[in-house]
Amino acid sequence: MGAFKVTVRKKARYVEEDKCTGCGACEEKCPTIVPDAFNEGLGTRKAIYAYFAQGIPSTRTIDPDHCRQLNGKKCGICKKTCQAEAINFDQKDQILELDVAAIIVAAGYDVFDPSHIPEYRYSEIPNVVTAIEFERLLSASGPTDGHVYRPSDIAAKAKIEELEKKLNKASKTLKRYEEKFGETSEDFYKKFQSGELSDDEERKKWAAKYEEYLGISGPLAELKKQAEGFSSAKRLAFIQCVGSRDFRFYPFCSGYCCMHSIKEAIIAHEHEPETTSAIFGMDIRAVGKGFEEYRVRGGNQSGITYVRGRVAEIMEGENHNPIVIYEDTRERKVKRQEFDMVILATACAPTKGLPSLAKILGIELDDYGFVKTNPVSPVDTTVPGIYVCGCAESPMDVPESVAQASSAAERAAEVISLQSLNKESAVA
Amino acid sequence: MPEKKDEELRIGVFLCHCGSNIAGYLDMEALEEFTKTLPHVVFVQRNLYTCSEGGINEIKKGIVEQNLNRVVVASCTPRTHEPLFRNSCAEVGLNPYLFEMVNIRDQCSWVHMQEKEEATEKAKDLIRMGVAKAALLQPQEPIMSEVTTRALVLGGGIAGMTAALALADRGYEVVIVERQDRLGGMLNSINKLGPSMRSAEDLVSEKKKAIEEHPKITVFTGSEVSAVKGFIGKYQVDVRTDTGTKNIDIGVILVATGASVFSPKGLYGYDGKRVITQFELEEIMKKGLDPSIRNVVMIQCVGSRDEERPYCSRICCQVAVKNAILIREQNPEARVSILYRDMQMYGVENEEMLRTSKARGVRYINYSPENPPKVEEDKVRVYHPLLGEELELPADLVVLATPLVAREDTHDLSQLLRVSIDENGFYLEAHVKLRPLDFATDGIFLCGNARYPANVREVVAQALGAASRASIPLSKGSVVVEPIISVLANEDACRGCGLCVALCPYGALEIRRTEKGRKVHVIDVACKGCGVCAATCYQHALTINSFTDEQVTAQIEAFLGG
Repeated sequence: MGAFKVTVRKKARYVEEDKCTGCGACEEKCPTIVPDAFNEGLGTRKAIYAYFAQGIPSTRTIDPDHCRQLNGKKCGICKKTCQAEAINFDQKDQILELDVAAIIVAAGYDVFDPSHIPEYRYSEIPNVVTAIEFERLLSASGPTDGHVYRPSDIAAKAKIEELEKKLNKASKTLKRYEEKFGETSEDFYKKFQSGELSDDEERKKWAAKYEEYLGISGPLAELKKQAEGFSSAKRLAFIQCVGSRDFRFYPFCSGYCCMHSIKEAIIAHEHEPETTSAIFGMDIRAVGKGFEEYRVRGGNQSGITYVRGRVAEIMEGENHNPIVIYEDTRERKVKRQEFDMVILATACAPTKGLPSLAKILGIELDDYGFVKTNPVSPVDTTVPGIYVCGCAESPMDVPESVAQASSAAERAAEVISLQSLNKESAVA
Repeated sequence: MPEKKDEELRIGVFLCHCGSNIAGYLDMEALEEFTKTLPHVVFVQRNLYTCSEGGINEIKKGIVEQNLNRVVVASCTPRTHEPLFRNSCAEVGLNPYLFEMVNIRDQCSWVHMQEKEEATEKAKDLIRMGVAKAALLQPQEPIMSEVTTRALVLGGGIAGMTAALALADRGYEVVIVERQDRLGGMLNSINKLGPSMRSAEDLVSEKKKAIEEHPKITVFTGSEVSAVKGFIGKYQVDVRTDTGTKNIDIGVILVATGASVFSPKGLYGYDGKRVITQFELEEIMKKGLDPSIRNVVMIQCVGSRDEERPYCSRICCQVAVKNAILIREQNPEARVSILYRDMQMYGVENEEMLRTSKARGVRYINYSPENPPKVEEDKVRVYHPLLGEELELPADLVVLATPLVAREDTHDLSQLLRVSIDENGFYLEAHVKLRPLDFATDGIFLCGNARYPANVREVVAQALGAASRASIPLSKGSVVVEPIISVLANEDACRGCGLCVALCPYGALEIRRTEKGRKVHVIDVACKGCGVCAATCYQHALTINSFTDEQVTAQIEAFLGG
């Protein structure tokens, strides 16, 4: 306690922080498009990017797995674009040695992967999403600008775009043939099929292209017709305790998910006043300041129905609509209900890196894999001088995390104060 | 630096390209030519990035070489960059408040990307307005105030004791004021703490001993605060004790006054004997439950989550589950049923305690508020939703879980401290999510049940956190306040009506008797420059530095004059 030597690996970002002004011109010009992890893969980002818009510092980072230049291809467009000359492809990881008096673990948590629960069919039904994915769909700065489009519809729209591009390309080629031979592809193809034309190589290619065109335009028209019926999701189901309070996975309660679902349902209703939500839960745990009032308001004003029961199964109905099968414990009936979208309130899981971090620090974890503390010194780990706060300690919401962060700062400051007080008394 | 009143105005304007963020959408050359024509502008320069090291050096060079006495940067947002540019001015000796910022990016180039011509015209308007204001800027000096390095902790419960010890261990003097005649607060009445089942008394004695032995902590029990004057860093607090009133200089104040237990008079046949509260059960459990008691029924949400008290009191489910486990341990023959609406056993430890209780044979029956349980002479009737019929539970003892409610003196104390309370009567923090332990008023902090019901683990975390927040001004030894504040610009006009005093959210105004009669006085350290007073004053006596009527009018005129 009071004298830790810490070795930190600072990963290369290939952008010099002291030169970068955060203007973002590099990102705009970067030609490489990568699925955006921050938007849960629902949107895209570039190979030079900021993880999210308000990140500090605003200095972009190059993703070495996807950058063309770093993978031996010819590119370097960002370097040419950057007027601040901040791009440095030769940057290396740095090893920093730090002398510190106290350490605070604020490593956060991971979201439980619901594909482990077979009966909820998260990986099979596109319109079954996690609460975090839904959060991105609700966000004005998210991939859908805050419109709650169904993932199946988003995928169909992407497919339409892709087919349109292909169709365009094919039409251009067809047009060249049409101009050269002076007849429409349709007329030509009729004649070609009936064997009226000599089958020279070029005509064969034309015919093949036309067949390709037909192969695209048919499904495209079909998809477009379907897309006319697309609208934002208005019938929502929220399933609580997905992976939490579940002996197969995590027996504990994740604490914040009830309020998270209520919040998402209220915001969805604010976006689209016709939206209704059903929240399926065993207990609705609205225990923080103003939370119960918020829960009640959600029911009275935001179209939320609270259903007491654990969902047994989610099936896929027509039009990719999820169907929720559950027992309504108040009415003692097994019911089926169709929704536009189902949102899974997934458990707060200990973060994957925690065991190895705990090993390095020499601190103990509890039975569930969170950092072990004791009820009367809630931010002290098992090693003096090492403190913990937030969901690395156990699941908790924002105000509690903020309060705990201050507590951990206090404990760390006590170590430092003690050292300087001791020094003072030694001098005196 | 002193500015001569008749000094010639020399305004320098720096136009930032922000890479292509601004220059890509505005005609920068046209802006430069235009800016040169504005009154008092003697120097105009364009930079690729004004905030880069090179750009900053250009500002400094301009001030020194061109003898600039006002600087305008037309670029991005003051939210992120004003402090940087102000510092650059200060570094070469120009008063930082002679700097003005014009936002031609967020409020112009970014929102008018398709309209270069119109956007350039708008940027001209914005710059013209900024220059007009800059001409009227006056130098300001940051306000420094010393901090008395002594903390006052109101309340000697687990929250107050924990916070006091934390601050004292950091080397600060702490004064604890406790109304009761001993430290410990609510824990004095509690048997064991769930889920660790540690004795509450042991915890209190341990903390008490540490406090008594601590040379930095002074405790006033049986005492209360009767007056609070001053502001962050410099409070004078009157503490009424048995031996008279003591006036103490204080730097920061922590509110850890706890809460009271709601008494369920008239509910479920409450009589304090056969129908008691969980709180009353604690005292009984300390001595041991009468072994003849075989059937215990606990009812949750008594007096909470209803119209009168719409909030969930957070900890009552934990208390009930803990006591149910302890009853089963003490008296394995006893049957314990908990009638609940939602079992609020959030998190890891609580849920674990709930599972433990089930494994120990505690029975749980859900009820809905439309169909509440009925307490009869020797039984409780409850509708069981899974069975679809009413059950009769024999009951020797009925225990009601009642919420914690705000203490009766909360309102009075909040008036003394000039802090807010919420709709349920608990103290209101500065920001429910991001500043849970601060009050909106600087220098006053909050923890424990006075904020909202919380269990001991949570209270201890909050108390340490509040101590951490409170230690910031203490460790700095002084507070520096932005001098953009309210000033009594026209003393003669002030009638001392006090309207501004009533409206000031920060307690930064007071009426003083002067030779000229009752006049308002601005406590500059406490003022946040929000402008409510200046906007309210019928006499235009108050104004905000750097947003004076004169300056704002000049901006409007510059805009209309374009």
